[in-house]
Amino acid sequence: MRSLIDIQELSTDEIDRLIDTANDIIDNPQRYSEKCKGKKLATLFFEPSTRTRLSFEAAMYDLGGHVIGFSEAQSSSSAKGESVADTVRTVGYYADIIAMRHPKEGAPMVAAMNSRIPIINAGDGGHNHPTQTLTDLLTIKREKKRFDSLTIGFCGDLKFGRTVHSLIGAMSRYENIKVVLISPDELKLPEYIKQTILEPKGIEYTETTSLEEAIPTLDILYMTRVQRERFFNEQDYIRLKDSYILTPEKLVTAKKNLSIMHPLPRVNEISVAVDKDERACYFKQVENGKFIRMALIMMLLGVEQ
Amino acid sequence: MIIGQIKNGIVLDHITAGRGITLYNFLGLDKLDCQVAFIKNAESVKMGRKDIIKIDRIIDIDLDALGFLDPGVTVNIIEDGKLVKRQYLELPSRIENVIKCKNPRCITTVEQELPHIFVLTDKERQTYRCLYCESEAKEV
Repeated sequence: MRSLIDIQELSTDEIDRLIDTANDIIDNPQRYSEKCKGKKLATLFFEPSTRTRLSFEAAMYDLGGHVIGFSEAQSSSSAKGESVADTVRTVGYYADIIAMRHPKEGAPMVAAMNSRIPIINAGDGGHNHPTQTLTDLLTIKREKKRFDSLTIGFCGDLKFGRTVHSLIGAMSRYENIKVVLISPDELKLPEYIKQTILEPKGIEYTETTSLEEAIPTLDILYMTRVQRERFFNEQDYIRLKDSYILTPEKLVTAKKNLSIMHPLPRVNEISVAVDKDERACYFKQVENGKFIRMALIMMLLGVEQ
Repeated sequence: MIIGQIKNGIVLDHITAGRGITLYNFLGLDKLDCQVAFIKNAESVKMGRKDIIKIDRIIDIDLDALGFLDPGVTVNIIEDGKLVKRQYLELPSRIENVIKCKNPRCITTVEQELPHIFVLTDKERQTYRCLYCESEAKEV
């Protein structure tokens, strides 16, 4: 029995296999429509979510399975003080696999330590969000046809942005990756990510506060939202939230084949006018999210072809 | 200053000067009913200054915790007035309930009965991270 808590638990071969399966699902959806017949996914969402929860649920339905669960902590027994361990022990008697989102960092790991069925971490606070990273990787593979020799710009909240940390970790496995870190000083990438990932793997990286300067060099621009829920101080959030706003004007100097990505939801960091630009990939990411989650559910349930 | 020899007990030597009180408190030595000597700022050829703790009884000591709190400590076991064992400590790969995670977002802040576990992630920098949220351990 295997869970997925952190993207680093997957080998490069396993990631490649998941991406191959997701691509095959996109081309041949009918082949997978009964793969999880008779199986149940429990979505335990202790924190609100639109894309992640609905994409997990849609993924399970498209595999012919069923879905049970809750979408906020208040409608579960955790509101009465039930522990994560007891919740997953209980759900383990009703479902075959769990997708869990929790505001506290490490909660899915506690769940996996106490569960008889696989746990998928669907986001734990500012910590890990491995299925978003798989979604990003599938999108990069479909857009660029490769993972090596890419210059990736990460822009916005690089301090609390869990999707950024995970994607840097995942991309660091590939050859000739260059990283450009674009953020205000207060939201720079934490030192430990540089010390434990970028520097040991010899990945070339630069830090800048200027999006305009960085844009012409990039193959991929990964925009992020400054997340209100990660700040303890509202004033700091207000001061930093509008640090970067991507507009059509700023894209004039960008490469013709740039891929603009964003884990969504966005607030105002990408102008709606950019949506029409054919380089915008963020709604393709949303679509890809369902397919990669289908591949992952199959892998963890052991029902791959 | 002269502190008498012990017959059966433990001498914690080469404690970093100033760390002795942390070890004394962590090991709960105040709760023992035997003689315990705590020497602060003793002269040392190697260290300049060091702390020493002498316990007049052989007690169980969590060597992993001690290795985390002060890896340079040597643990000397005395039996019948003779040194029978000297142990040099290493940084433990994992410690349990020695320190608490200070990340307010960590699951351990709301689930009180979870053990606080830290793992050694970078031996060179002596970095320990919370098993659950991966926050770096702060100074004790």
